[in-house]
Amino acid sequence: MRIIPRLDIKGPNLVKGIHLEGLRVLGKPEIFANYYYLQGADELIYMDVVASLYQRNSILPLISRTAREVFIPLTVGGGLRDLTDIQMALRAGADKVSLNTAAISDPNLITAASERFGSSTITISIEAKKTDAGSYEAYTDNGREPTGVDAIEWAYTAAKLGAGELIVTSIDREGTGRGYDLELLRQVATLVDIPVIACGGAGNIGHVRDVIVEGMADAVAMSSVLHYGAIENQLFDNNLYEEGNTEYLQSQRKFSKVESFSLESIKDSLSNDGITVRPINNFG
Amino acid sequence: MSKTIPNIVIIDYGMGNIFSVKSACDRVGLNTTISQNPDELYDSDGIIIPGVGAFEDAMLSLDNLGLSEAIRDFSKSNKTILGLCLGMHLLFTESYEFGWHKGLDIIGGDVVKLESHKVGNRNYKVPHIGWNSIKRVTNNKMESCDLWKESLLDGLPESVYMYFLHSFYVRPEDSRLLLSTTEYGTNVFCSGLRKDNLFAFQFHPERSGSSGLHIYKNLADYISG
Repeated sequence: MRIIPRLDIKGPNLVKGIHLEGLRVLGKPEIFANYYYLQGADELIYMDVVASLYQRNSILPLISRTAREVFIPLTVGGGLRDLTDIQMALRAGADKVSLNTAAISDPNLITAASERFGSSTITISIEAKKTDAGSYEAYTDNGREPTGVDAIEWAYTAAKLGAGELIVTSIDREGTGRGYDLELLRQVATLVDIPVIACGGAGNIGHVRDVIVEGMADAVAMSSVLHYGAIENQLFDNNLYEEGNTEYLQSQRKFSKVESFSLESIKDSLSNDGITVRPINNFG
Repeated sequence: MSKTIPNIVIIDYGMGNIFSVKSACDRVGLNTTISQNPDELYDSDGIIIPGVGAFEDAMLSLDNLGLSEAIRDFSKSNKTILGLCLGMHLLFTESYEFGWHKGLDIIGGDVVKLESHKVGNRNYKVPHIGWNSIKRVTNNKMESCDLWKESLLDGLPESVYMYFLHSFYVRPEDSRLLLSTTEYGTNVFCSGLRKDNLFAFQFHPERSGSSGLHIYKNLADYISG
């Protein structure tokens, strides 16, 4: 079972919102990335949360700085529009890329990208929101734009077109600490034959276990539960951050929606429940 | 005469995770050149063949750049070769990745697809993505002989975790080449092999944390002799 810190990036900063909105600045992404690497993270996800809005790719130098120091796989998403963008991200040091907006507007991009770069390199990010009718609708542009596409059907299509992996995020749960959307995850994970990474909603260790056992997730991504703990531990440096909404950092308040935990404690706990995780032993 | 620092060429045929491989080499002090020029291979002390992507495209690219022949020639020089993931697959005779394709044929055997399957409640999905352990292969005739010793796996603990990202795996004809195997559900496949000074791994040591970096450290020592 892979435990994957997800880092939302805006410009030079690590940010975190609720329902993918109201972004707070938490710090420098590469500092958190390195911290999680040393703590035993299995992979990392960088999601450039404004790139698809402004159509810019500012994340490349950050990818390189990170990949030079952090020797675990890095998946990069947000604003990748075509094969050229994907190639640039991979050349900069990303191991996998994650597509959402571009793939929904042109599903053939999934096939073209997986043929060229290998399907295991192409991850499709699905941002899903529950409709009043109880189905799930896929959103793009980091949860801002409804598409009218059924998220479950889209997951099936994306897998068939050659995606190697899916990141499934519940917009309703994202940033709330109320737990993963188990129904959403189970529907997708049992439908497709490729790995599914659960994302959005982790507020405590039990939530993670639930999405593995009941949600049938193949891997688990999380943000707030790790970030706020990391800040409390050692990563807070008030003077580093100038851009964006730094009010939260200045105030030094605690984030009350989650019971933060460390990578070590989540792995210990899952291991005790009989779930296989990579042991954290910094060999060498 | 002063000893020159060994130089490794990371072969760039447009499809590798070059950046990660170079970063790992940098970290352990290996002197590297990224190149697609066959002449530079001949001058190097060792080559790394990385690789992410499709087998057919990779072979086409190697052929077009004149690298297929250069790598085959290099393999006869008894210098060090390290093949990683797709770079491991390319060394084989043939591949069944989306059709039938001819490989570099430096190692006899083929490349076949990993099939997704269920064991009890657990679904072993493909691609196989994530950390998995590599098991030491023991030489049947000499149980006491440790094949990892003085190889690039020297010093690593049994069943150490490495990072895998693949849908295909290799089947060498000569089982004596096997260094390690890995289990994925009911599949047991070759995750590491050695033929003289040629090493190849299915996993990505450059993305396998400190355990993977240890392989690069071994490579640096191995090449310096």
